[in-house]
Amino acid sequence: MIVEIGHYALTLALALALVQAIVPLWGTLRGDEGLASVGQSCALGQFVAIALSFGALVQAHLASDFSVLNVAENSHSAVPTIYKISGVWGNHEGSMLLWVLILAFFGALVAGLGRGLPLILRANVLAVQGFISAAFLAFILLTSNPFARLSPAPFEGRDLNPVLQDLGLAIHPPLLYLGYVGFSIVFSFAAAALIEGRIDAAWARFVRPFALVAWCFLTLGIAMGSYWAYYTLGWGGFWFWDPVENASLMPWLAGTAFVHSVAVMEKRDALKVWTIFLAILAFSFSLLGTFLVRSGVLTSVHAFASDPSRGVFILAILALFIGGALALFAWRAPMLKRGGLFAPISREGALVLNNLLLTTTCAGVLIGTLYPLALEQLTGEKITVGAPFFNMTCGVLLLMLCVVVPFGQSLAWKRGDLLGVAQRLSVAAAIGLCIFIALFATLRGGPVLAPIAAGLAIYIILGSLSEIAARVWRRGASLGVLFSRARGLPLSAWGSALAHIGVGVTLLGLAATAFGAETIASMRVGEPQNVGPYQVTFQSVASRPGPNYSEVVAKADIRSGGTIVASVEPAKRFFSARQTSTTQAGIATLWFGQLYISIGDQTGDGAVAARLYWKPLVTFIWLGACLMAFGGALSLADRRLRIGAPAPARSGSPAIAAR
Amino acid sequence: MLWVAFALMTGAAILCALWPLSRRRSGPEGQARAIAFHKAQLAEIDRDVERGQLPPSEAAGARAEAARRLIAASDVAKTTAGAGDGRASLRARAAVVIVFVAIPLVTFGLYLKLGSPNLPDQPILARAGAAGNGDLGAALAKIEAHLIADPNDGRGFKVIAPVYMRLGRFDDAAKAFGEALRLLGEDAPMRADYGEALTAAAGGIVTAQARAAFEQALTDRGDLPKARYYIGLAAEQDGDKPKATAIYQKLLADGPAGAPWLANVRERLAGLEAAPAAPGGEAAAIAALDPAAQQSAIRGMVERLAERLAQNGDDAQGWLRLIRAYGVLHETDKARDALVQARKAMTGNETAGRDLDALAREFGLGS
Repeated sequence: MIVEIGHYALTLALALALVQAIVPLWGTLRGDEGLASVGQSCALGQFVAIALSFGALVQAHLASDFSVLNVAENSHSAVPTIYKISGVWGNHEGSMLLWVLILAFFGALVAGLGRGLPLILRANVLAVQGFISAAFLAFILLTSNPFARLSPAPFEGRDLNPVLQDLGLAIHPPLLYLGYVGFSIVFSFAAAALIEGRIDAAWARFVRPFALVAWCFLTLGIAMGSYWAYYTLGWGGFWFWDPVENASLMPWLAGTAFVHSVAVMEKRDALKVWTIFLAILAFSFSLLGTFLVRSGVLTSVHAFASDPSRGVFILAILALFIGGALALFAWRAPMLKRGGLFAPISREGALVLNNLLLTTTCAGVLIGTLYPLALEQLTGEKITVGAPFFNMTCGVLLLMLCVVVPFGQSLAWKRGDLLGVAQRLSVAAAIGLCIFIALFATLRGGPVLAPIAAGLAIYIILGSLSEIAARVWRRGASLGVLFSRARGLPLSAWGSALAHIGVGVTLLGLAATAFGAETIASMRVGEPQNVGPYQVTFQSVASRPGPNYSEVVAKADIRSGGTIVASVEPAKRFFSARQTSTTQAGIATLWFGQLYISIGDQTGDGAVAARLYWKPLVTFIWLGACLMAFGGALSLADRRLRIGAPAPARSGSPAIAAR
Repeated sequence: MLWVAFALMTGAAILCALWPLSRRRSGPEGQARAIAFHKAQLAEIDRDVERGQLPPSEAAGARAEAARRLIAASDVAKTTAGAGDGRASLRARAAVVIVFVAIPLVTFGLYLKLGSPNLPDQPILARAGAAGNGDLGAALAKIEAHLIADPNDGRGFKVIAPVYMRLGRFDDAAKAFGEALRLLGEDAPMRADYGEALTAAAGGIVTAQARAAFEQALTDRGDLPKARYYIGLAAEQDGDKPKATAIYQKLLADGPAGAPWLANVRERLAGLEAAPAAPGGEAAAIAALDPAAQQSAIRGMVERLAERLAQNGDDAQGWLRLIRAYGVLHETDKARDALVQARKAMTGNETAGRDLDALAREFGLGS
């Protein structure tokens, strides 16, 4: 009964999405407000229906109702409750349902909270959102129905993929989806602006909070996914330039560019067409990622069961939305009123440079991801485009971007003083340079990029700090005055500074990977092994049963100069229901670095194969991402975004506008 | 009950979609709302200045911007003020009709095609309760955990194996029976159970391994009905109907009245007598399996056929079937071997010789 109600609610949601897509659009085209406002209640109703449906699926998983195919294939009555819940989206059908749930949630947000939005804009946004929703609901119902039933039902489920039986599954997909789907709202706003043929600074103000929310969640989602891969795959890597990862990086790059260009649009009423284009691009990359991951083009842990009919369906959705949006763009963009021109040496000029570099990087990732796939389809030849390609294209571009970041932050709007800014940044640059030279001199023969990246990282962090310091500092002011000045700074200034510091911190963590140590050893109990500045000794290696697996656990002590600093328990787990094993790395966080131990098979003579890594500052990679997201959140909490009071567009001196 | 819920949900959705249409509103009013919004913004700026949250220099710019938008909004209001009202109500009525028709049509149409309204929920607790054995999953997990800790407990395996059978985990059941036999020593009924699990795991086909288990059980206890039944089934699957019929009939004659398995034997016997030529039952059973299981089931049958012919080679049709099977499975070497053996066994039988030659040409096995 509950399952069927959930199923029915899903079909009802599709019907509501269709009404939401068509009726408001008809209303805005005819200038009829009654029809145009239908979208709001439909969006709310659709969210309720999908939430009901999702709740029913969660209930089926919790109750281990194996008459539901999705539960029988991806759950097991013995799985701990937390994995019963996260197992709902640990499979293709359930994750698509989560996707539309979040889509409907954002739609409901626009409908419920967008009271300040002009009516026509809101109606069009909801209509486009309705189209996206309808397309994905049809996809779910027709090709990947989570409510397909089994009769007779099996007595036991086939268990969740052991790699996914991890807390990471509970967090990573919802975060990532909040990001991906958040960009769908940005896309809807862009399409709505094109339909209406009107776009202004107010549009930028309304869309910016959604873009920031999406960007923050996408940042956290990618970081979480990377950390999960790091601790669960057992070889210490955190980013593999795998197509699935690139699929999430591309929307992030486009989204980052968008967040910056929309700021220009809000402040200076410029870059309108480009901003619209970026909005389309960001969501297109989200869709492309969905297609790559779910169509069976790639084999990966994310692909789940692939099915050609799904691939064709997603390809159709992809063509419809990207093609439709670009056609609308080609038709309408020339009619949009252009914004003012601006000087190259200004904050907006720096942001344009930022946009160029980010989109070029994005293009690099796109080529590196699609080229091997295209080549394989055309010639059958399998090639791998790996880290060297991406490091030399995207890596170098992003390092160039890093040089510009503190400048963009410090330059004033409209007309900037490059010399003054350069003077202010010279201290940061000098310290960064010293770090580079010191590292380069001590680590001769190592990778060149690493010392450069480390120097740049320090330069960005100090540069961002100096920007804040320059705004707060007044000669001779007391500490109290400085404190109140710091409090008086707009939150968005703190936000952007923090986010850029986050970039520097992540970069530092990435650069530090080159200075780590790695040993692959055959470890015997009691025999110490050196890795980096530490000694690792296995105290014991023994078998141990778990709730639905059995594992071999090594107890390892980590010593520094004879004293034990940490103990870890790397393990290898075997899941009998699926006949597969997983590695549980033993990770000890020592300051910001980590000692990482993963064990392999036991050799006959009592030894166990183990990989030992010392990774200095590795946690900076993810801490930096958290800082970026936190910066975004601060910027989101800024007053002008909360109450929508317009800031001066062209009045006042540039110095005031910058504040 | 379910349909009442569906009807209520559909009604709620329609109401939800139509609700904004029921509120009368016209163009200028909506624009008035926009104007009011901008006015509220202006007031907000003033309040912020009073509270000291906005520096006056910035407030001037903000006020100018809000005022500019206010003027723009009033302009729009003036231009749209004259829009006709009659058309709007016509449109609203059309929209009502469309929504009233489209929502139930889309929803019911899709649901009737995809849904299973007659299938009740089957949460595992309710099912375990219905089976009368409490929390089966928990008990099973406990025994499994115990067996991982103490893998030499034969009695544990003996207890858990039939449970696996009931749950349909035939591979696990076969493994558990095997372990129990290894640890507890030979035991004819359990050996037969082991064979039954192997058969069930192969999708109902008596594999060579399963058959060996039944034969061993019969050497210890010649009257074991389960083993005899499966040997009969194996004969039936080999296409040796007379033997199968004989075994089934003997089972019926020997069986104690009221034994639960008698009905099953009678059914098989009836099936044999009713369809003398059609091996349909088995072919259908194989066709229903997934490809991997199909392969192993077919190979099991071929193995058994080869075994039987090695013991008793006087069966021309059997040889032809065996060689054809090897040919189809692309096992050319085995097919050649079988051809040589068949020629040896069929010396003097001219029709069989001709058939063998024809078959050898068909599969390109040389002369």
